[in-house]
Amino acid sequence: MIYLDNAATSWPKPPEVLQAMTEALERAGGNPGRSGHRLSIAAARVIYETREEVARLFNAADPLKIVFTGNATHALNLALLGLLKPGDRVVCTAMEHNAVMRPLRHLEKQGVILQVVPCAPDGSLDIDNLAQALEKKASLVVVNHASNVTGTLLPVAEAASLAHCSGALLLVDAAQSAGVIPIDIQATGIDLLAFTGHKGLQGPPGTGGLVINSSVDTSCMEPLIRGGTGSRSESEYQPEELPDKYESGTANLAGIAGLGAGIRWLMARGIVSIRRHEQEMSRLLLDGLSAIPGLRLYGTRDMTQSIGIISFTIPGKRVSEIGLRLDKEFGILSRVGLHCAPAAHRTIGSFPEGTVRLAPGVFTTREEVHTTIRAVERIARS
Amino acid sequence: MTGYGVILFYTTSSAMRTEKVLVKAGYSVELIPTPRELSSDCGIALRFDWTQHEQIRSDVDDARIEIAGIHQMYQE
Repeated sequence: MIYLDNAATSWPKPPEVLQAMTEALERAGGNPGRSGHRLSIAAARVIYETREEVARLFNAADPLKIVFTGNATHALNLALLGLLKPGDRVVCTAMEHNAVMRPLRHLEKQGVILQVVPCAPDGSLDIDNLAQALEKKASLVVVNHASNVTGTLLPVAEAASLAHCSGALLLVDAAQSAGVIPIDIQATGIDLLAFTGHKGLQGPPGTGGLVINSSVDTSCMEPLIRGGTGSRSESEYQPEELPDKYESGTANLAGIAGLGAGIRWLMARGIVSIRRHEQEMSRLLLDGLSAIPGLRLYGTRDMTQSIGIISFTIPGKRVSEIGLRLDKEFGILSRVGLHCAPAAHRTIGSFPEGTVRLAPGVFTTREEVHTTIRAVERIARS
Repeated sequence: MTGYGVILFYTTSSAMRTEKVLVKAGYSVELIPTPRELSSDCGIALRFDWTQHEQIRSDVDDARIEIAGIHQMYQE
């Protein structure tokens, strides 16, 4: 089997991740912050350690402003629904995932003013288009760091400067980029960063979070849910302190332990070396696929402007048929269709059919890439 | 008889952070369930040797950790 669906979830996970999850449940199985006995404290320690790992990874100044969520979608919803009020103006790009588009369309119905900035057919953003959209004041700018359809990187540092000039905060969707490309929220000026744990960070599904920079006034950001936090139990009102304000309910201990182990694993390997490997695998795939007659590739060919995600179609063949044949005949796992990102597929011209997406990961080998290219060649011919 | 000191917190995460900072600085501290007579803000408190309370207070300030208070406890 050849797993090329790392943009959906990375697989396999490093053994250290599974081990950390088992150990957390075996040896630190209390409810963090609730009881105060040794297992409760051990659990709280595991979770706090992961907060510090996340803060180190993204160069966040305060580990208490790392809010754990169930996934990136949850983190994006927290930021969007927590910050935006009727009458506020929000600007996003035409490469956003539905994790951004759906909450924004919902908020639009409630009176939030939404402007979607168009992107080029290769998925890139002309920064002048964003600048133009931000000539009018805005409250929030949302930018997809790397597209889940084409891998195309958007210029977050420039977006941060423009957002700040317009009086807006910048929210970055790093679901695809976290762990595969270095991110420094302070150097880049990112105010809020939503990440998932189960892709580039090598952790398990059910983990993710929102990194809140010191530039954000959290008294203006409502929680998505309210409830028990283990703190201020005498009060029937939600506490204002972070991370508790946004973390009601019992935390995903095993998941967060696995996430911490995943981050330690990737920091030890080095994000730069992971990036180099993924670039090499993607370059091989692009070179091989582009030689297949009739095959159409989407997104940029410049691997410095993209992460390891490749989308293609073969005219005359349904993407679902290509995906099924890759799986059944060759044991190659891809993802076909619209990838929960209709806006991005409209931008690159593949709506409504979608594309076949291949996403190599840290464990993908050259041999697997060569086998995949031969398989796509066979499918294209017959 | 000086007894021991207890630092109270608003959140479990700040208790964890303070423990780490103080252990790294060489103090001998212990996370304990918050004594009920003090507060119910957070289930976990940090116990330390009261003779060091001035240094600990200043180290906690330097680390910019928000705490709910420091109390002296008398052993029975």
